[in-house]
Amino acid sequence: MIPELGHFALILALVLSLVQAVVPLVGAHRNSSALMGVGRPAAQGQFFFILFSYVCLTWAFIQSDFSVQLAASNSHSATPLMYKITGVWGNHEGSLLLWAMSLSLWTVAVTVFSRHLPDAFLARVLGVLGWVSAGFISFTLVTSNPFERLLPAVADGRDLNPLLQDPGMIIHPPLLYMGYVGFSVAFAFAIAALLSGRLDAAWARWSRPWTTIAWVFLTAGIAVGSGWAYYELGWGGWWFWDPVENASFMPWLLGTALMHSLAVTEKRGAFRSWTVLLAIGAFSLSLLGTFLVRSGVITSVHAFATDPKRGLYILALLVIVIGFSLLLYAMRANKLMGGGSFGLVSRETSLLANNVLLTVASASVLLGTLYPLFLDALGLGKISVGPPYFEAVFVPLMTPVVVLMAFGPFLRWKDDDLLAEVRRVAPAFVASVAIGVGSAWAVDHLTWRTALGLSLAAWVVLASLQLLARRLGERAGASAGSRLRSITASWWGMWLAHFGIGIFIIGVTMVGSLDRHLDVKMKEGQHAELAGYTFVFRGAVDADGPNYDAARGNIELIRDGRSLGILTPEKRVYLAQGMPMTEASLDIGVFRDVYVSLGEQLEDGAWIVSLYYKPFISWIWMGCVLMGLGGVFAAADRRYRRLAARDAAAAVGGRAGAAA
Amino acid sequence: MKARSKRLMLVGGGVALLFAAVALVLSAFQQNLVFFHTPTEVSEGKAPTGKTFRIGGMVEDGSIAREADGITVRFAITDTAKVIPVTYKGTLPDLFKEGKGAVVQGKLEGGVFRATEVLAKHDENYMPPEAAHAVEQAQKAAQTVSQ
Repeated sequence: MIPELGHFALILALVLSLVQAVVPLVGAHRNSSALMGVGRPAAQGQFFFILFSYVCLTWAFIQSDFSVQLAASNSHSATPLMYKITGVWGNHEGSLLLWAMSLSLWTVAVTVFSRHLPDAFLARVLGVLGWVSAGFISFTLVTSNPFERLLPAVADGRDLNPLLQDPGMIIHPPLLYMGYVGFSVAFAFAIAALLSGRLDAAWARWSRPWTTIAWVFLTAGIAVGSGWAYYELGWGGWWFWDPVENASFMPWLLGTALMHSLAVTEKRGAFRSWTVLLAIGAFSLSLLGTFLVRSGVITSVHAFATDPKRGLYILALLVIVIGFSLLLYAMRANKLMGGGSFGLVSRETSLLANNVLLTVASASVLLGTLYPLFLDALGLGKISVGPPYFEAVFVPLMTPVVVLMAFGPFLRWKDDDLLAEVRRVAPAFVASVAIGVGSAWAVDHLTWRTALGLSLAAWVVLASLQLLARRLGERAGASAGSRLRSITASWWGMWLAHFGIGIFIIGVTMVGSLDRHLDVKMKEGQHAELAGYTFVFRGAVDADGPNYDAARGNIELIRDGRSLGILTPEKRVYLAQGMPMTEASLDIGVFRDVYVSLGEQLEDGAWIVSLYYKPFISWIWMGCVLMGLGGVFAAADRRYRRLAARDAAAAVGGRAGAAA
Repeated sequence: MKARSKRLMLVGGGVALLFAAVALVLSAFQQNLVFFHTPTEVSEGKAPTGKTFRIGGMVEDGSIAREADGITVRFAITDTAKVIPVTYKGTLPDLFKEGKGAVVQGKLEGGVFRATEVLAKHDENYMPPEAAHAVEQAQKAAQTVSQ
């Protein structure tokens, strides 16, 4: 009964999404406030029904109702409760429902936090979001009904894929989806602005916090996913340039470009058409990512099922979205010209260069991801494009981005004197190169890649510090406290995020050039050496869990004769599917991780053990945390709330004027 | 500076950058594409020597053997028609088993495929598409012969 209620609620949500898609847009066109007013309750009602539907599905998982096909395939009576709940989205149908729910959550957030927007504009935003929502809910209902019954019911389920039974997987999908789907808000704002023909600084300012928050979610989602891959896949890699990772990374790159382009549009009124294109592009890449992951054209841990109908449906959705948006853009492009003019040396130019480079980088990832699919589809042979391609393209493209990123904030808007600014930062630049080359030499790894990476990181850190010092020195004579207070939250956000990139680069460079790895056969009492650490194998014991059998190795970690504790990697076999799994064990530190995983047991009782030494790897996540924090600061700037109040007053005034 | 020459410089810079990016992508493609060959193609000498490529197929029954160091593994990949011997040094993926599909990446050296990577499947019943493709090709060829 409960699954049927959930199914019915989802159908009601579809009806409401269609109402939300049609009525407010008609209202905005006819300037009827009654029709426009329908958007808000329709969106909120829709959220209620999707949430209800989602809870019903979760209930089927918690109750181990294996007459529901989805629960039978992705849960088991012995699965821990936490993974019963997260198992709901550990599959195609459930994750689509999660997609629809995050979109609906974003829409409700727009209805709550955008009371200051003009009615017609809000109506158009809600209308566009309604169409997207209708597309995804109908997709779920038509091709991937999560409530499908399995009759007769099976005695027990097949359990959730053991790789997904991990705390990282509890938060990774919701964060990532909130990010992906969040770009639909930026998209809806852009389309609404195109529809109304009003693309001005106010539009950019309304759109900015939404874009930034979506970007924060996406950053966090990607970082958690990468952390999960690092400790769960059992061999210590943190990024694989896997198509599914690329699917989330492309919208991130374009979203980053969009955030910066919006800044120019808000402050200077320039780049308007470019900003609109980026908003359309970022959302299209989010949809493309969903297509890649969900259609089964690529095979990976994320692609659960291969059903061509599903792929076609998303592809059609993608074509409609891109086609319609570009058509609308072409019709309105003449209104997008103009904006503030700027000199060749100005912050605008540096942001423009950053935008172009990020877009090109995104396109190169797109090419590397899609090219094998094209060749395969055309029957031209099977190839794979691996990490070497992406690294060969990415390093040269990102190097100028990082150099500019640290230098750009020194430049003034509109026009600046290049020579004076270059002279100002030249000492920091020279020092960075010296530090980079020197420290690469000091760690005994003087390759151009290590030297480049460390120089770039030093440049970002030094230039950021200099920027901060200059900003604090601007108001000579003021007290230190008032100087600090004079800096806005959005400036701090920019500063933190840029600084975080510096930390991130240190992590990537160090782990890329200095990590050590050893596969070794070990019997009880035997030891191995790696990077100054001694690993003593103290034997393996049985360590069975609720839904798996396991052997747990005890490996003592010793440094300079001092024991640092016991590492306990496990080899598990999940009972429902008989699937083996490697559970690594880590000694995490600020400057290095030591990482151990168990291979297989040999006939003579010895184990194959993989030992890893990962210097500075946690700096990668620290960098991501700083970037995310930067985004939070930027979105929390008081300016948005202050100006929102002004907009609200203006909107009320406008309404009163219209009524009179 | 005049607005027109300024715009010209911006556009020129953009075009130059685009050319550089295209050149970069093309050269990276040229050097880093990894082609896929079936065991039959490899035994017919169609695979390159000294270059990295991939082979897909089934791990032949009874072929897995470890050397004394415990780390080096020998096994054979087959598409049911031809068999290619493979050596690999390192930890095998969890789901690597005899009689199951597998994809290996590496180089051919003196008739033996020296794998640097053995690709994992994520699911017990999942067959890597390259492996499925190789077996399919071999069976097609067998049918044409028998007809």
